Amino acid sequence: MDNILHVSSSPHVRAKDSTNRIMAYVILALLPTTLFGIFNFGPKALLLIVLTIASCVGTEWVFEKIIHKKSTISDLSAVVTGLLLALNLPVTLPWWEAVLGGVFAIAIVKMMFGGLGQNFMNPALGARCFLLIAFAADMTNFQTDTYTGATPLAAMRNGEIINSMDALIGRTAGTIGETSTIAILIGAIILILLGVITLAIPASYLITFVIFMLLFGGHGFDMYYIVAQLCSGGIMLGAFFMATDYVTSPITPRGRILFGICCGFLTGLFRCFGANAEGVSFAIILSNLLVPMIEKITIPCAFGQVKEKKEGK
Amino acid sequence: MGLRTFRGGVHPFEGKDLSKDKPVEEYLPKGDLVFPVSQHIGAPAQPVVAVGDTVKKGQLIAEAGGFVSANIYSSVSGTVKSIALHRVATGDMVNSIVIENDGNYEEVEYDAVDDIMTLSKEEIIEKVKKAGVVGMGGAGFPTHVKLSPKDPEKIDYIIANCAECEPYLTSDYRRMLDNPELLVGGIKIVLQLFDNAKGVLGVENNKPDCIAKLEALCKDEPRIEVVPLQTKYPQGGERQLIKAVTGREINSRMLPADAGCIVDNVETLVCIYRAVKEGKPVTNRIFTVTGDAVNDPRNFYVSVGTNYAELLEAAGGLKESGAEKMISGGPMMGFSMFDLNVPITKTNSSLLCLTSDDVSHLEPSACINCGRCVEACPEMLVPSRLAKQADRKLGEEFEKWNGMECIECGSCSFICPARRPLAQSIKTMKKDILAARRKK
Repeated sequence: MDNILHVSSSPHVRAKDSTNRIMAYVILALLPTTLFGIFNFGPKALLLIVLTIASCVGTEWVFEKIIHKKSTISDLSAVVTGLLLALNLPVTLPWWEAVLGGVFAIAIVKMMFGGLGQNFMNPALGARCFLLIAFAADMTNFQTDTYTGATPLAAMRNGEIINSMDALIGRTAGTIGETSTIAILIGAIILILLGVITLAIPASYLITFVIFMLLFGGHGFDMYYIVAQLCSGGIMLGAFFMATDYVTSPITPRGRILFGICCGFLTGLFRCFGANAEGVSFAIILSNLLVPMIEKITIPCAFGQVKEKKEGK
Repeated sequence: MGLRTFRGGVHPFEGKDLSKDKPVEEYLPKGDLVFPVSQHIGAPAQPVVAVGDTVKKGQLIAEAGGFVSANIYSSVSGTVKSIALHRVATGDMVNSIVIENDGNYEEVEYDAVDDIMTLSKEEIIEKVKKAGVVGMGGAGFPTHVKLSPKDPEKIDYIIANCAECEPYLTSDYRRMLDNPELLVGGIKIVLQLFDNAKGVLGVENNKPDCIAKLEALCKDEPRIEVVPLQTKYPQGGERQLIKAVTGREINSRMLPADAGCIVDNVETLVCIYRAVKEGKPVTNRIFTVTGDAVNDPRNFYVSVGTNYAELLEAAGGLKESGAEKMISGGPMMGFSMFDLNVPITKTNSSLLCLTSDDVSHLEPSACINCGRCVEACPEMLVPSRLAKQADRKLGEEFEKWNGMECIECGSCSFICPARRPLAQSIKTMKKDILAARRKK
């Protein structure tokens, strides 16, 4: 043989889905939410989104330049982080704080721990919590020209009754991406149909949350209250886009359900008994920290092992 | 209810259209024939001929070297030229008997049987053993050992593995379409050995023509049933096939017989039939030469010992574009080859030539923990974690996460969006652990 043959271990073929294709799917699924956010909050929202994404991608590029690693920005994961972070910011936030958030998300939360796949905390949520602590007033200022009232969650906490239809469509105050439940659900359906996520985490998250609210929400079996709770704040965005982040959620099938339960429980706890009306970000981040433990206790039983145990061997 | 199958698995590009409609042609070898003494699992066979001896087609040239071993027969007539190390398709060097083909195909007399029903169980197993029948699907486990389980009364399923789930391969397909009576004849012989067993032909539903043909043939056979299976890789994996057909699960420490099953591949059952009915040893098999780099992909009836390169020429050779990768077997579990000057053994079923090597053009990147490998794993393992443990040589952790249960099907590497060679890492670790166990 004159030509050189390639030799490698089997298998010799690969599926089509690659990491950047999956990231592109996530971006596609976030588009309805993004577009609604821009429509709802105006050009300032677009500016924040563009700046945060640019800051995330730029930080990753610079960081890898400094440590002499091959650039990984083409995998699009930094774009997803930037977009998710922007959707979690109030439109009133000063632009430089958003940029700082992007730098924190990538440099501290992601790259310091080894880059894509190694971070133990969702970068976008880590940065949001950082901003929430550093610039508490700016991060909770939801007053815009259109929306002068409190966010639906804060209003509910004060005992007011909110318009669920507004919360469903998203014509309310809040962060750029959290207001429209419908837009988020469209994105969620896209993710599920494209096989990016399964229902394990979102379903266990939301069901646990509903049960918690029924028991401790103080409104008993008031379905109207439960729906209002589900449609307000970041829980929908969190359940479908943040808690399902591959890197920071368990890989074991049973672990995913347990993780969702943790998120749901903590969200309920923070919303009912915490100092703030919202608690999704902290709930997911805390659950992220539990992932190694959760995986350890949910090692799946291999094929053929269950039966062997039953037979008492 | 959907078709019977197992949990997990993947759907690689099938590629069977290239060769599935090409009728099987007999190919008469031209050059020397090479017979490695290890064409099976177990002890190597011992040569019983010496350099200079003349042999006939169907003559014993190497004798089983133990119970778990198999006889090897010459597939041509000619002269023994040498007995020396020769490369085989896996890349290993194996002691081999080389026979110079005289082109006359003089054959020995075979001991045919008129009525199989008159044979005792022991006689049938003896005939299978004598003929050197091994698992022709690739594993090469001596068939007479499989047919002699500890407790024959407890065997209630004889499963014919007609799944042929590996992409591109069409040798079993052609066999089922062209000679289904040999296959059914084979399973009937095995049923004769096990009084309490029922025969099942498990066929993937991407071969509806085979299903129809086999069903028509088994219409009046109360003990044989044709079971269509969902088309999914690795449906033809032994454990997966047993699960799909019977609902029973076995693990790495069990044999199919522990679940009351005996599984044999299509070509193996055909060889059993020939061995018992016609007294013919294993000297030939169906072999597919295929792939987008081959001028004229097709199926051959070849003599064991035929050279790969010679057969590729018989299939019109390579296209001008050339081939980047040549694989013995299918793309999921086959061996990539660096040298085509190797012989076809009993267990080789195809030569696949691909113009472009999928794998080397893709750069592995960091694992994103997406869990696709977990969903794909038919053994319900966590391949990404096992590969990580394997790369760090964490044997204890690896075994705790059930790494030894891996069947090396390659579904995890196939599906991985980060293009990580998961199966490769896991296979290497498994080998290391098994080697360490043997040392103890």
